[in-house]
Amino acid sequence: MNSAEATPPLVRFDHVSCSYGNGPVIENVDLTVARGEFVGIVGPSGSGKTTLLRAMLGSVKPVHGSVMWSPSLRVAYVPQLETLDWNFPVTVSEVVAMGRPQRSWWPRLQPSEKSEIQRVLEHLGLAGLWSRHIRELSGGQQQRVFLARALIQKPDLLVLDEPTAGVDVRTRHEVLHVLADLNELHPDRGDGESGIAIVLTTHDLNGLAAHLPRLICLNRNVVADGSPSEVLKPYFLERTYGAPMEVLQHGGMPVVLEQGGDELRLRLSRRGA
Amino acid sequence: MNLIAVDLLEPFAFEFFRNGLLVATLAGALCGLIGVFVVLRSMSYIGHGLSHAVFGGAALAAVLNINYFIGAGLWGVVSGLMIGRVSRKRIIGADAAIGVITTASFAVGLALQARFGQAKRSIDAVLFGNVLGVFTADILAVAGVGVVSAVVVVLSYRKLLFTTFDPEVAGVSGVNVPGMEAVLMILLSATILVTVRVIGVLLISALLVLPAVTARLLTNSFGRMLWLSPVLGAVFGGVGMYASWYADVPSGAVIIIAGTIVFVVVYTVAGVRRRARVAGMDHHGPSLRSA
Repeated sequence: MNSAEATPPLVRFDHVSCSYGNGPVIENVDLTVARGEFVGIVGPSGSGKTTLLRAMLGSVKPVHGSVMWSPSLRVAYVPQLETLDWNFPVTVSEVVAMGRPQRSWWPRLQPSEKSEIQRVLEHLGLAGLWSRHIRELSGGQQQRVFLARALIQKPDLLVLDEPTAGVDVRTRHEVLHVLADLNELHPDRGDGESGIAIVLTTHDLNGLAAHLPRLICLNRNVVADGSPSEVLKPYFLERTYGAPMEVLQHGGMPVVLEQGGDELRLRLSRRGA
Repeated sequence: MNLIAVDLLEPFAFEFFRNGLLVATLAGALCGLIGVFVVLRSMSYIGHGLSHAVFGGAALAAVLNINYFIGAGLWGVVSGLMIGRVSRKRIIGADAAIGVITTASFAVGLALQARFGQAKRSIDAVLFGNVLGVFTADILAVAGVGVVSAVVVVLSYRKLLFTTFDPEVAGVSGVNVPGMEAVLMILLSATILVTVRVIGVLLISALLVLPAVTARLLTNSFGRMLWLSPVLGAVFGGVGMYASWYADVPSGAVIIIAGTIVFVVVYTVAGVRRRARVAGMDHHGPSLRSA
């Protein structure tokens, strides 16, 4: 049992089904996320990962079941960056400031807001990029700018949709390390207690999911829920992805391989010959 | 020397010109402000569509002999809200929703114009604009909508930015996104309503787009674009109006031509500067996302 389960959950899904009108996208999902947890949700395209996140955020209402949040829970969301308009005229500081409600009648940032944004940017290694347009940043910097916008809301729960989609290996490592730091200790809380709870979706089983403390395999409903060594097993993976997969152990960590790879390589090499 | 000065100041001797210059400058600034949201929300077509929708309301108001602002205003606001609602359903895109609702409205206007000829002059003013025939009510209406728009944009700056850039996360973060979108649609409808008699149905969408796209080329900051675009719109309106006196050409057309010339110059210079920057860059490749 995860030690985090001893404390009251931040979010509880109770037999939750969600639909956009053409049959359920997720069905009869039960899960809890406790304070300080770090949870990855994996599953094929169309398995309902993003819908589950939206239900967690409250932007999609369940058609059956209920989602319950801990009182005064603060949730922040980092969307898939591919969905954003990178030509939009917005600087790093303007993006981060979106996370704070406008307190005065005049839109100019107050000195306290400026120093707060500066502090979050410095914490994420983005000092000096205040006036840069978001398109002028590297992939890792772009991801961290949107993390900064989420962090300035001082969340208890951080929800990220595919935070490493479309980024290179180095950026993926960078993002994972930043998230691990945030999960360990919240820079703004300062009470020495658990860090921010994190829930993210990913397609990257070996590069990201295998490194997380808890994984949920989703294919409309929860197929498996536990540590990577419990969840990343051929039986669960085949039920999740509908294709046979092999799991090897490397350095104490599971490594997922697609079965049928040899056959495919042979066919392609014959074509080349 | 004095003769040149007198010649340059000649149009200011006429009240109708002074009124026209004032209303064209105000209309340019207002369209520049609202145009920022129209351009960034990729809804340039909506300005075009709403102006056509207002034409239907204006024609009906002229035929029924009721106040233009009441008839065309109600018609325009209802059309704007209907477009917003239909396009949110996603099955029908915003462009198709605009196409159906506004062209139907424009067709009603044309039918009324053909059937009731006595209202033709007033309808023509809406179709082609008439800067030199403005009334005090027109100036007050443009100024009033301008002040209200500026106040709303200043007070709701961060919510409007968040809603325009990233509506999904804005909603999750507590911003009333449908409310903000409705406010923008009402401001856009009101802007078109009060400026369409000055610029004309057929040119208003250009005045909504030109200052904003020119400002976009000059800055990468939303905050700067938000004041730069109204300034450019005011300059286009004022300079275009003034030039039309000497060119002896309808003022709406000269305002748009003035804006287009500035846009082309800025676009060309921005392109040259971008190419120079790229040529001077070191070998740090662009990010994966920006590639």
